[in-house]
Order: sequence, then C-alpha cells, then structure tokens
Amino acid sequence: MRSSAECVIIGGGVVGTAVAYYLAKRGMRDVVVLERDFLASGATGRCGGGIRQQWSTEPNTRLAIESVRIWKTLEDELDADIEFLQGGYLVLAYTDDDVAQFEKNVGLQRGLGLAVETLSPEEILTEVTPHLNTEGVRMATWCAEDASANPFLTTQAYADAARRLGVEIELWTPACRIIVEGGRVAGVETPRGKISSPFVVNAAGGHSVPLARTAGVELPVTPYRREILVSEPLERFLDPMIISFSYGVYFRQTKHGAVIGGFADPDAPEGFDESSSLAFLVSMTKKLRHLMPILAPVKIVRQWAGLYDVTPDAQPILGATDGVEGLFQANGFSGHGFMIAPKVAELLAQAIAGEEPELDIERLNARRFEGGDFTQDRSVV
Amino acid sequence: MKDDVVICRCEDVTYGEIVRAIESGLTTTEELKRVLRCGMGPCQGRTCSRLIARIIAEKTGRDIEEVAYPVVRPPTRPTEIGILAGDDEK
Repeated sequence: MRSSAECVIIGGGVVGTAVAYYLAKRGMRDVVVLERDFLASGATGRCGGGIRQQWSTEPNTRLAIESVRIWKTLEDELDADIEFLQGGYLVLAYTDDDVAQFEKNVGLQRGLGLAVETLSPEEILTEVTPHLNTEGVRMATWCAEDASANPFLTTQAYADAARRLGVEIELWTPACRIIVEGGRVAGVETPRGKISSPFVVNAAGGHSVPLARTAGVELPVTPYRREILVSEPLERFLDPMIISFSYGVYFRQTKHGAVIGGFADPDAPEGFDESSSLAFLVSMTKKLRHLMPILAPVKIVRQWAGLYDVTPDAQPILGATDGVEGLFQANGFSGHGFMIAPKVAELLAQAIAGEEPELDIERLNARRFEGGDFTQDRSVV
Repeated sequence: MKDDVVICRCEDVTYGEIVRAIESGLTTTEELKRVLRCGMGPCQGRTCSRLIARIIAEKTGRDIEEVAYPVVRPPTRPTEIGILAGDDEK
C-alpha cells in the first residue's frame, strides 16, 4: 500500500470508484480507494439498481438527468457490460396528495427537459404493462428514458477502468481515522498504516457519519435499514421499474430475469442493523401479489437489507467541508446514490482537480441545513 | 479440471469462469457470487458453495477452512409469493 497519494477516497461503492475513475481521467492518477470489505459490499451492492430522473427537487432531477446522459454510453466508455436498460419508470398515484404533487413534479421535470408524461389507469395497461392491478390507481407518471443497471457490475467496471489508469484499490482495508492538521486534511489512518494525502473523499455511505466525526465534523446524515428481495428468474415480461410513494413499493425485472423489489418501512429504527425481517418478507410479497397477481406462483429466493444514508432534504451532501480544507463529502444519498453516481462523481472530481464544476454543487454543501430552511424531496421510496 | 465444467448449475457458471475471476483478484465466495452469480440461483449455493471454496483455496494457496462461505439469506428455501403473502386480510 502506498504511504502517500494525491487523493484518498474512502468507500469502494459506486460513488468512490467512480470518483477515482473521473479523477484519473482528468490526470490525477496517484489515487487510492480504501474499501473496508470488498467492492460494492455496502449500500451500492444492496440497492435495487433503478435509475430514475423523476424527482421533486431541482438538484436531484438535474443530477439524475445529467447522469442518464453518462449512463447511456457508460458501457462503451468503461468497456464492460453493466446490464444498462432504458425500460422506463412508472410512478403510481393513489391519493389526492400524490396527484397534486405529481402535477408539480411533471412541471419541474419538463422544465428541465425531461420527457415525462401522465397516464390514466387504462393507458398504463395498454402502453406499459397489461399485468398491473390498477385498482385504486388514480394516474401515473411515465418516463420511458428512466433506466436500470447492475450495481455490482457497474462498480466493478468503474474500479477496473480506474485501475487501468493507475488507481490503487485497497480491499479489506478500513479507514479508521481522517487525520486533520491545522484545519487541513493530512491523510487517513488504516490498520495497514497511514496514507498521507492533501485530499480525502468521504464516500462511506451510512458509515460516513462516524468517519467524519474522527475529523471533528458532524454530518446531518442518519442511517436507516432498508429491505429488499429477489425472485427466481422469469421469462422477460416487464421492462420498467414500477414504484409508488404512497403505497410504498418499487419493483422491476432485472436483465437476468428475476423480479427485485422492496419498500421503505417508515418505522425502521435508525442505526447500522443490516439484518432481514420476516415482517418485510410478508408485507412485500403481499404488495407484489396485489399489484401483479400473475406473480403469486413465483418463488422468492433471497432477501437482504442495506442502509439508506438519509439527509433532512433527501439530497446528497457533496463537496468541500467547512473547517477542514481538502476534505470532500460524497454521502447522504438517501437511497438514490447509485442512479446519480456518474454525474455526482464527475462533478466532485472536477472540484477536487480545482476546476469549476459544470453544475453548482455549493447548494449541496452540508451548510444548507444551518438555517433550517430547505426543501425536502418528496419522491423517495 | 476442464474449463467448461459447470460448477454452479443454477446459473451455468463454469470452472474456467471462476478461475479467471479469481485470477483477476476476486478471492472470496461473496465477490464471485456478486460478479458471476454463482450461488445466486434457486439452490442458493447449496450445490456449488463448497466446490467454489475449494477452487478458491487451490488457486490462492489458502486452507479451505479459511475460505468463508457466502452468507445464507432467508427464506432459505425458494418459496412462492402467494404462500409467503398468506391470506389477504386487506
């Protein structure tokens, strides 16, 4: 392991490996990624793999739109199959609140150039899928350009591409402490020794919070357990991701054929628990059977859990850290880090390399919460 | 062993694919499972986990006892959505 680097990135998930890749692509190749376990072993590898551009705040929507631009050619750029599929996202409205919120969302999304339309329950059946039980569904929004990809293969592809450019990825190497000297980051301490570095990126998901604390920084990020399950593989029958915020569900069919899905339990206690629960298995299978009765005979093969690193406005914490020069944050993704990782990582690499980021990331600095005046994204599932 | 011998029968993963992945740096059953899908099929690794652990041990010079098996996840046995969902009280 190197004893010094131009930049140390903590976290070998999609964000950490992508930041490493975009830094190396800009010529900063003396970069080390520290991963506690193996690549994508945290939130990335536990997520549903959806890539959605339909959000209710401008930063999330813009980051997602710009990320999809990158996603579309990412397999060529990284020279790897990452199972990218533009199968669309169908967002179901059940309540008056949903319908009113979706009208606002569509206005914002169209204003940012997103091709999103509204569908009646009848149109869902003829234009998206004949298998959905539309009982109680008032309307839906539909974006055919929303997508999905395989989180393991994407992280592996970013890591491989970064390695080809000279980046070192140290697996099984936790970061124990971020070293700060005189208000500046000086490096990272690991059980295998210290790496000194003028730049450190904290991309450790829910674990970013205790890590930031070692540098004297308190992040407004809370980890919550989120559960998910997957079925046996089926013949292709469904391209889009289907979600609802009020009903509490998301599911899609992977390229491999399995149905994968979950929902956020609003009563989940905060913390680092990643165990699975029987309660989730029962509730989620009830939801699937209700929404798609043809799935009743399909077998569930596996369930697991991961952490959402949630911020008060459900938007990430990105960029420089007040009080610790050289320390960059890339966490607080609140359950949608995978989908916006390409653009987020590129913007962060631009900021670290001393360029002006293409999009304003100052508004995603943690200091936005200080006044208590912020807008929460309501499109979280 | 021949490269085309199937090690994971659920996901059709061959000996050759596993060996190449180990040589590329994936040295645990958890990593191989995520990248190649071996052990992710309906049997959830019951058939192949021990074989894969043995290949890892051979190729990395470790003792097989040091090679951990992947985490066993519920529901352990593939179970129909209709059965897990139970009666629809709603």
